[in-house]
Amino acid sequence: MSAEDPIDHPILVKLRDRFAEDVKAVHAWRGDLTAEVAPARLVEICLWLRDDAALAFDYLVDVTAVDYLGSTPRFELVYHMKSLTHGHRLRIKAKVSEDDARIPSVVSVWRGADWLERETWDLYGIRFEGHPDLRRIYLYEEFVGHPLRKDYPKERRQPLVTRADLDTPEVRRQEERDRARYGRWH
Amino acid sequence: MRDTDAGTKDLALSDELHGEPLEIQMGPSHPATHGTVRISLKLDGERIVDCDIQVGYLHRGYEKECESGEWSQAVPYTDRLNYASPMINNVGFCLAAEKLFGITVPPRGQYIRTIASEISRLSDHFTCLGASAMELAAMTPFLYGVQAREHMWDLHEALCGARVTTNYVRIGGLQSDLPPGFVELCREKLRLALAIFADVDRLLTQNPIFRERMEGTGKLPAADLIAYGVTGPVLRAAGVGYDIRKAEPYLVYDQLDFDVPVGTTGDNYDRYLVRVEEVKQSARIIEQCLDNLPDGPVDVDDPRFRWPAKGKVFNRMEELIDQFKLVTEGMRPPAGEVYQAVEGANGELGFYLVSNGTGKPWKCRCRAPSFSNTHAMRDMVRGALLADIVPTFDMINMIGGECDR
Repeated sequence: MSAEDPIDHPILVKLRDRFAEDVKAVHAWRGDLTAEVAPARLVEICLWLRDDAALAFDYLVDVTAVDYLGSTPRFELVYHMKSLTHGHRLRIKAKVSEDDARIPSVVSVWRGADWLERETWDLYGIRFEGHPDLRRIYLYEEFVGHPLRKDYPKERRQPLVTRADLDTPEVRRQEERDRARYGRWH
Repeated sequence: MRDTDAGTKDLALSDELHGEPLEIQMGPSHPATHGTVRISLKLDGERIVDCDIQVGYLHRGYEKECESGEWSQAVPYTDRLNYASPMINNVGFCLAAEKLFGITVPPRGQYIRTIASEISRLSDHFTCLGASAMELAAMTPFLYGVQAREHMWDLHEALCGARVTTNYVRIGGLQSDLPPGFVELCREKLRLALAIFADVDRLLTQNPIFRERMEGTGKLPAADLIAYGVTGPVLRAAGVGYDIRKAEPYLVYDQLDFDVPVGTTGDNYDRYLVRVEEVKQSARIIEQCLDNLPDGPVDVDDPRFRWPAKGKVFNRMEELIDQFKLVTEGMRPPAGEVYQAVEGANGELGFYLVSNGTGKPWKCRCRAPSFSNTHAMRDMVRGALLADIVPTFDMINMIGGECDR
């Protein structure tokens, strides 16, 4: 990443002053303020970014991941945020490795992270620890793999989900309840 | 229907009477929702105890497809994101790509992009308002809304030949300059569409049945909307005047005179009124752009992005090489990452692009407004009546293409 823009923006300076070595790298390429932080302190940093009056990042714009297949650590989580009070934006990144693909959830900081984290889990297979309801969001539960990983081939076909696959105790109980309520052929 | 607070109290009382709430599924293909979504409802009588909104029925792997092509080949996928306002998606992606490449389109190109964006915003609002009326059992405004939208799609057709899948905006410029007579055609179509829309306005805005369904429903305080990342008309109806066209002006929005309407109560009726007013503001923007349309090129003069003129390609060596390289190798941005947001018809439409310096995108993320807005719907309808889902979902205006990507 080239460092053609100055990185002494007050927000980045403030972040580095507060969290010192846990802010691992910063850049402001093309004017986008970016800071890479230690995943272990992510929630603490996000909470501070949201609650500090001068920063006030009250609006979580987006959560996603990038798969840098071949480099270690392999995945990079990307959080875009904005302050509706002050109008500034910030991108926070955190790296996680392939064998330990998990990161603390920021749902406790911004409620909007709920679905965004579910999507990242669905498509990249990164676990968000402390997420209240980490289910797949786009794909179905029987889907094998996480399609936005770079080693997932675009042409791969998924096995058909048969009736037998759905024959779980939970589904059976639900069917019995439905039958009792609506009759056999509801 | 109006008083949701009273509803919550009723709920506690009736819970003691009969224990188990009724579970029903609304969707994925429900006639009263425009959009493919499944809502798993837990009902107590007609009250919604809880609901689980399940999206993904239109997931087509947008990002995966983008990553397998060249940068320029990602543009057609963007107009399939929000097919009610395809041009805004084209513009958003191309602006993000241009930020990555470090190029700026000449003024005429920027004016035409602004016009194209606002035409798309009008078509989106016409669709949303018309369809909402239909789902509240008023068929006539829907037909009028679609008729008004047809005029906007005639303009799309004049610009690029396609009505929905436009692919008009290109990285570094446009597919082509305006066709002859476009300025007059645009004024005429705008006049026709607004005349039809005035009828929709007259049919709905003071209609007691329509207001009864819209007023007081789907409310959520502004702080909650922000916590969910809700943007666009839904957030503005709650009194937060966040519009990217004003907050972080792109294209030529900083040179134009227009207002950002905001609501007060944040209910569905306010969301409706905000959209009605935005239609008028978009028309104002288009008029100003047509009046001030500068002359000059629409594309950047750079063979790395736009093909040289055909006459030169056929007769000169350098231009032939330029075209050959652009076709075989594609555009090559520097390695890096950018985020660029534009004001979509439903809120903040952002593109986060990552390049590793090759001719193929490493990542093309789309931050879709519908996704976050639909997420917040659960809190909007909990404790309300089953029938309130319809106007709330209408005003969220979830577009499956961008929500499910």
